[in-house]
Amino acid sequence: MKTESTLEKILVSGQLAVTSECGPPRGALPDKVREKAEMLRGCVDAVNVTDNQTAMVRMSSLSACIIIKQMGLNPLLQMVTRDRNRLAMQSEVLGAYAHGIDNMLCLSGDHPHFGDHPAAASVHDLDSIQAVDMVRKMRDEGLFQGGQKIDGPPKMFIGAAANPFADPFELRVARLAKKVKAGVDFIQTQCIYNVDKFEKWMEGIVDRGLHEKVYILAGITPMKSVGMAKYMKNKVPGMDVPDELIKRIAGVPKENQAEEGIKMCLETIERLKNVKGVAGFHIMAIE
Amino acid sequence: MITAERKPIEDLINSVSSCRRILLLGCNECVTVCSAGGRKEVALLSSALQMHFMKEGKPFEIKEITLERQCDPEYVEELVPHIDSADAVLSMACGCGVQEVARRFKDKVVLPAVNTKFMGASERQGVWAERCAGCGDCVLGMTGGVCPIARCSKQLLNGPCGGSTKGKCEVDPDIDCAWQLIWDRLKALGMTEKYEENIPAKDWRTGRGAGPRKIVREDLAS
Ligand code: SF4
Ligand code: SF4
Repeated sequence: MKTESTLEKILVSGQLAVTSECGPPRGALPDKVREKAEMLRGCVDAVNVTDNQTAMVRMSSLSACIIIKQMGLNPLLQMVTRDRNRLAMQSEVLGAYAHGIDNMLCLSGDHPHFGDHPAAASVHDLDSIQAVDMVRKMRDEGLFQGGQKIDGPPKMFIGAAANPFADPFELRVARLAKKVKAGVDFIQTQCIYNVDKFEKWMEGIVDRGLHEKVYILAGITPMKSVGMAKYMKNKVPGMDVPDELIKRIAGVPKENQAEEGIKMCLETIERLKNVKGVAGFHIMAIE
Repeated sequence: MITAERKPIEDLINSVSSCRRILLLGCNECVTVCSAGGRKEVALLSSALQMHFMKEGKPFEIKEITLERQCDPEYVEELVPHIDSADAVLSMACGCGVQEVARRFKDKVVLPAVNTKFMGASERQGVWAERCAGCGDCVLGMTGGVCPIARCSKQLLNGPCGGSTKGKCEVDPDIDCAWQLIWDRLKALGMTEKYEENIPAKDWRTGRGAGPRKIVREDLAS
């Protein structure tokens, strides 16, 4: 074990882990965080708390993580390299760990172009792979990125994202290998709708033995309606929604579409449970 | 080259509206090549301004000069006989040229007539695209000759991100994904193993990280 993280314990034990997410509110109301997180109590092993997701300003991930921690749940701090340089990221990691938050996810983040502050400058002092490397070094070597010693290193269980559906497909296993090389402990994938393609990607992972070095949590998002399915297909970069899926959800009456979406997720989960290398599920319920 | 685009005519009219005599300066280097501020553009802007102020019935004189290189003190010196007769200088050079004229003539207002954009190359007739961000420590040798800093929208040194779609960047389908280009080049060169070498965090001090930069060549400096 590299950390004291409950998520790590579960994954090491070989049980399927389940994570989900809680997007902080677009305001300063702590009860909004509590309401949402409460829904996840008893259902998940860790709660991802997004970091200015889709480049829209929200309550900071760390503050919402602290609220969730105080509720007795297990938060997972997401951190994008878009909004912070290496100083700010490291101080955030120290702060999070001081509050008992010991899981995190290093991401590059959506481009500001997609959000509500398109005029903002992106930072990208580091990329997500360099961020993983930095947090690993803080934990395993007790050193800051700049090389100085840390007085009380943070023992973070370090995650990153992977999108098996983005292009070029032939690079997607190699990019994961780079994250493993940087020291990532677990991966949460993009929402899986094209299960065949995902399985092909997992084969590549298993062929290289990467599944023995990193825990892969398969990303699941229930479709709520045919409208959402079409939007995901056409508007969200790097999302792969097969036509059959759209056809299937379009084939049921509107009031039953959400239920059908959940049914499809359960089928996907059942199928993926048998895929070698899948260590758990990351369920992203989009509001 | 350094690329630039002329500011909108209304902005330029506004910026010189309190002047009676202006010196309109072009530059024969980059801005000539990218058709933003060479001799030809100086002549066009000059007539547009004269026409405007003539219509308004306002006295307005303009003198056109295009220097060989406006970022070079040696050529800027050529302005000495002309500078006093102008209330202000309107420069069509890049930001470097504007500043060189301002540095030389301390009591003269120098106004920019173009927006300086980026270091780029010509893609085809009339199209220029960004290529280099001047990071001061070139990594093109590792990336198949395609710059991840200037050409990836997130300046990822270990891309591509999860938004790369059919060779295009998630930010805009008109932008090629730099990491797709890098991968294609590495493949063509038989250097795909390079891809899996993690590029470490960049030392931005060679770029803008340590403040304004200077090159001093002891062998040449006087
Ligand atoms: S790596 Fe740096 S110097 Fe080389 S092209 Fe890119 S920005 Fe310019
Ligand atoms: S799509 Fe390609 S160019 Fe655009 S941000 Fe991602 S890696 Fe960079």
